[in-house]
Amino acid sequence: MSDKSKSIANKNNINQDERLKKVSPLRVLLNRPELGALGGSILVFIFFGIVAGDTGMFSAYGTLNFLDVSANLGIIAIAAAMLMIGGEFDLSIGSMIGFAGICIAIPAIYWGWPLWMSIIFAFSMAVLVGYFNGILVVRTGLPSFIVTLAMLFILRGLTLAITRLITGRTQVPGLRVLIEDDPIAWIFATDTFKGLFNWLGSMNLIALRTDGTPLATGIPPSVLWFVGLTILATYILMKTRYGNWIFAAGGDKNGATNVGVPVGRVKISLFIGTAVASTIFATIQVLDAGSADTMRGTLKELEAIAAAVVGGCLLTGGYGSAIGAAFGALIFGTVSMGIFYTDVDTDWFKVFLGAMMLIAVIFNNYIRRKVTESK
Amino acid sequence: MSEYLIEFNNISKFFGKVIALKDVTMKVKKGEIMCLLGDNGAGKSTLIKTLSGVHRPDEGEIIVEGNKTIFDSPKDALDMGIATVYQDLALVPLMSVTRNFFMGREPQKGIPFLKTFDIEKANKVAAERMGQIGIDVRDPSQAVGTMSGGERQCLAISRAIYFGAKVLILDEPTSALGVHQASVVLKYIVKAAADGLAVILITHNVHHAYPVGNSFTVLNRGKSLGTYEKKDLSREKLLGMMAGGEELDKLEIELKEMNRINN
Repeated sequence: MSDKSKSIANKNNINQDERLKKVSPLRVLLNRPELGALGGSILVFIFFGIVAGDTGMFSAYGTLNFLDVSANLGIIAIAAAMLMIGGEFDLSIGSMIGFAGICIAIPAIYWGWPLWMSIIFAFSMAVLVGYFNGILVVRTGLPSFIVTLAMLFILRGLTLAITRLITGRTQVPGLRVLIEDDPIAWIFATDTFKGLFNWLGSMNLIALRTDGTPLATGIPPSVLWFVGLTILATYILMKTRYGNWIFAAGGDKNGATNVGVPVGRVKISLFIGTAVASTIFATIQVLDAGSADTMRGTLKELEAIAAAVVGGCLLTGGYGSAIGAAFGALIFGTVSMGIFYTDVDTDWFKVFLGAMMLIAVIFNNYIRRKVTESK
Repeated sequence: MSEYLIEFNNISKFFGKVIALKDVTMKVKKGEIMCLLGDNGAGKSTLIKTLSGVHRPDEGEIIVEGNKTIFDSPKDALDMGIATVYQDLALVPLMSVTRNFFMGREPQKGIPFLKTFDIEKANKVAAERMGQIGIDVRDPSQAVGTMSGGERQCLAISRAIYFGAKVLILDEPTSALGVHQASVVLKYIVKAAADGLAVILITHNVHHAYPVGNSFTVLNRGKSLGTYEKKDLSREKLLGMMAGGEELDKLEIELKEMNRINN
């Protein structure tokens, strides 16, 4: 080929989409925020596969157990991740969980409301709390860290005070009998794929109880919520205009405002998102336990933020992913359950949690520098 | 219809007792680059904000395509095709070229209530537009943070033009750039004007303004020292008008030196 035709060929190449192939797959992967959490999850599974492979951790029952714990954390971690991408924090997640719990239990037990009405009431309160958090942050311009820290105390205090005022105690039991025949409660309280598990049991593929029913009865509702919310959040972030606004609002508030992104509305909606996710978490747990506890959800906000950070969210906003947060939650859930199957004392879990987060932050910081590096 | 695309007549703006602008008049034709020059504190920022609808002038009138207008908000100005590219460029470094290009104005497809961001179309347009100005974005999903300062400036300008700007207000587009990068941006500005836009170029750098400008307005302490056509004004005279001449004469020699080294 002559030099001239070569240069023309090169030129054509530049003008076509084939350029995309020049970027190595590794580089594309490195640019994804969820890389760290994905790698971390694989490492965690390899580790427990070696250490606890023959202990029943990965039996149907054991697997559903750690998936359930991961899923519960994941539900709030995904909402926290979306809010963090939008550039804000919500420290009131844990308190909102406790508050939502008694918003369901007290009306249902003490005021004689049907359970479905109590659940709707709890979600309405969540929207109000989220809106209040959001409007306060947007209007005052104060850091959301402080505003929601205040809300952490206010909500927990309200939960305790109201519960003791009405019931004279700090727990509200007796919900289990109300779940049957309720038109809404099943959404938060039904194990699914029971037939499959019965069949697996009858084929002797999974462990059975002494009465012949399988030990693992079905997929817990938290897992389906978790998967559903991960898909929904990823769809919103990657595929919608609103998703682009979330990245923009967190990446550069002023710039986004200047080009017409309704930053305030986006942030308020994300605060509503975390409060609603907390309420989903609370509803599932309250219906599962059959009781509400005023201290439920304590410190969950920090676990949710930790999972989001391990999942690649930057503390400064504008970067992160819902899938990453989902893997972050999976790591924490797997380790917190897996540790029971090893000889390691469970006291070490928190050490792991902290160390994992530290490594994630350092790693993410490095990745961000890579991504934004000038030519 | 007036021969001017946009006119600002006797604009004044006061902040309490401070007279930020007094009787400033500017007119820009289609296809023309008007350079607005002034030292720091001359009132350039206030004027830009008044032009782009952030501030309302206390006196004077704004005439767009022959019609007297009042801007209540930056959006009003934008809707009339007056786009401002601020120094911060309104770009998010962590977001992709495409996502930045369409930030706030994403193309959508699909059925109502389930509309999705048409990322394929957006990628195509972004790559095409950047290609037109000679910037080869290898991958429109790469982060803007990987681009050079000049490329970012061009991206911001290109975005404004794509979204229907008729009047382009550029706030110090070359101030943070090296000489080579600055010349790339200036070339693009000239091309934009040649394509029929009216450009208001705000700068304090005479050496960037003089080669590209068709007319020059100099601001000093909130007042206009007048608008001059290029043929009526030498570079030296322009420099002298901006501030005390002697200091800048020395600087010019230094700048020439810089130009020599960079080219």
